[in-house]
Amino acid sequence: MSQVSMSPSMAALGAASRPERRDIGLRGRYAAERRFRLYGMAAIAFGLLFLFLLLFSVVSKGYTAFQQSMITIPVEFSEQIIDKDNERATNPQKLVSANYPVVARDALARVLGVAADDRAAMREVNGMISDSVRVQLRNLVTANPAIIGTTQPVTFLAHGDLDSAFKGQINLDVPEKDRKISDRQIGWMNQLAESGALSKHFNTGLFVNGASSRPEAAGVGVALIGSLYMMLIVLVLSLPIGVAASIYLEEFAPKNRFTDLIEVNINNLAAVPSIVYGLLGLAVFVNFAGFPRSAALVGGLVLTLMTLPTIIIATRAALKAVPPSIRSAALGLGASKMQTVFHHVLPLAMPGILTGTIIGLAHALGETAPLLLIGMVAFVADVPATPMDPATALPVQIYMWANEAERAFVERTSGAIIVLLIFLILMNVGAILLRRRFERRW
Amino acid sequence: MKSLKLTVAALVASAAFAGVAVARDQVQIAGSSTVLPYAKIVAETFGETFPDFKTPIVESGGTGGGLKEFCKGVGPDTIDIANASRQIKGDEVEACKAAGVTEIQEIKIGYDGIVFATDSGNADLKLEPKDLYQALAAEVVIDGKLVANPYKKWTEINPSLPDAEIAAYIPGSKHGTREVFEEKILAHGCKDAGAQDVIKAAFADAKDQLSKCVAVRKDGLAVDIDGDYTETLARIAANKSGIGVFGLSFYENNADKLKVATVSGVVPTAESIASGEYPVSRPLYFYVKKAHLGVIPGLKEYVEFFTSDDMIGPDSPLVEYGLVAAPDAEREEVRKAFVDGKIM
Repeated sequence: MSQVSMSPSMAALGAASRPERRDIGLRGRYAAERRFRLYGMAAIAFGLLFLFLLLFSVVSKGYTAFQQSMITIPVEFSEQIIDKDNERATNPQKLVSANYPVVARDALARVLGVAADDRAAMREVNGMISDSVRVQLRNLVTANPAIIGTTQPVTFLAHGDLDSAFKGQINLDVPEKDRKISDRQIGWMNQLAESGALSKHFNTGLFVNGASSRPEAAGVGVALIGSLYMMLIVLVLSLPIGVAASIYLEEFAPKNRFTDLIEVNINNLAAVPSIVYGLLGLAVFVNFAGFPRSAALVGGLVLTLMTLPTIIIATRAALKAVPPSIRSAALGLGASKMQTVFHHVLPLAMPGILTGTIIGLAHALGETAPLLLIGMVAFVADVPATPMDPATALPVQIYMWANEAERAFVERTSGAIIVLLIFLILMNVGAILLRRRFERRW
Repeated sequence: MKSLKLTVAALVASAAFAGVAVARDQVQIAGSSTVLPYAKIVAETFGETFPDFKTPIVESGGTGGGLKEFCKGVGPDTIDIANASRQIKGDEVEACKAAGVTEIQEIKIGYDGIVFATDSGNADLKLEPKDLYQALAAEVVIDGKLVANPYKKWTEINPSLPDAEIAAYIPGSKHGTREVFEEKILAHGCKDAGAQDVIKAAFADAKDQLSKCVAVRKDGLAVDIDGDYTETLARIAANKSGIGVFGLSFYENNADKLKVATVSGVVPTAESIASGEYPVSRPLYFYVKKAHLGVIPGLKEYVEFFTSDDMIGPDSPLVEYGLVAAPDAEREEVRKAFVDGKIM
């Protein structure tokens, strides 16, 4: 019934729109493609915008962290202060416990022309010098006790507040009591800057020093070494274990329910939140095996567990991508199964394996959550000599600095982010170079 | 082949490490993030002053987390000191005892003030616990009845307060600071505002009465901050009329960006907090495992160094950072109790 009623109308339509029938929606399809391209470009532009915003905010806040204000003045190593009773020959402890900050304070007061009996002024002078001057001067004196009684030019760190003010990061327009630096100190700062005694130097300490409660002396040195140890441990452990596991699973293991179960588990483990690995590490490595808390070794082991699934998945994908004809050819020429894998399949899969490994490592480099529970989110001032010594990691240092109250830590936080980003870029460049080198075409 | 050998080597290496409980030669500390900056200053200065000892390791992780770690047992693989922004609780002492940590020494290091601050561009702010209670409580009393908090603007509560939407950034419940805030501000304000009597009449159980008094509104005008003070600072930078809760030391380090409010007419300063005139303050502690004294190198020296007037006295670096020094007699008592080996 419907056919009867429809056919005349369809015929009429066909006859009337004969030239348009050649229109197979071409314009619409081109438009759809153009729209899709536009969406794609918009998506990329969106991503780039945020990348740019991230980099801009980090770099604009952080580049000043690579410079540090230092004061260079002649310092008199007064015997009166360091070793009043001339006991240093009999009691070497005297030189260790001497009041070195006073030596530096007096030297600065002399340059600024502050009278020694003006106690309030002397305290403000003291507030311009970093407390780390104690160790610096002590090291100078213990290395060469002959400098006691002489006057030497010494370059030491300016206090964090002075550093911030000198870099223009403290709002000097607010009332004096609301800022960490007084009007008098600003006057002295300008006086020192004019005479050239106060100047900005490259901040080597940022890369060498350990954590410090004083921003001017704080650095990512311990975190860098800790991260380096952990990456080495992760690489040494997870690459061979991961590659061996995936070669066995992919090339040798029978395909049955058990191997399916293993595969599902590996894929699941790759998605487990990293804090879970921290709990595991605390239970197994610290509480059971008795490894020291806060040690890079434990951190490395935990991160190894976390990275393994990623590496196994990437390696298996790389092995799968090797054409079966390669295997068949090798087997056909009389190679054993193992020769086939190690002489032919593995070299061809190498670029993929390396890329996966480096992505896994980069992921591990940026982790803080699993380190929290094994005590690596900590204040560590001493540089770790071995992986058994307490250490922190780069992202941990960033996190801890971000929570500091002092203004000078703001730029250092961004500075540490820049250091971490440079590390990540280097690792990714390494991945690309390795891939290029090993890549083979067939 | 190569990777197989590597695997075996790695396994052997990790097996060789296992089971070697390493004797520790540096003090390990964990606990309160409020005490952390002070502990860091002391640890660093300690390491510099005593070159024979390594610088102690200070972990953060909160008072509760630190005490939990502290109560895990005795031995080099457990921490030596737990920092706390509140006194240790009875059940924590019990947990410690059950794990063999029977001798705990308590050290009070001084006081910490909790301040209310807003963006530096705002007018002076004078707060009363009563006003804060009415602005932030979940339920307030209007015409003798307990109703859900209807106030949206500060001026609705007190005409002398700023004409702005209520927006307060208060520490989240995992912070020790929250307890102080509830106890010293909300519970007080509850009483002052006359809500306590109404609540007392409505609820028989004393626990219910208290929890009603300190319940904070959940309609978005009072925001719990689970992060640190830096997050509160960022919130205030974004919402200039917001009021945030800070530690005194954090405020003092950012005084150019913040304007501090008086509470009950008192400006929070080290002096007004030490004298008890400023109402919102709390003592800070750390707890020492007595069994580790003399075993872990530097532990005894660290505690003695921390409690010395060079560190927590009136003119010390910790006070400069924002700690409120305890009165002379109290500090002397703390030192004596430690030397005498007084345990909890």
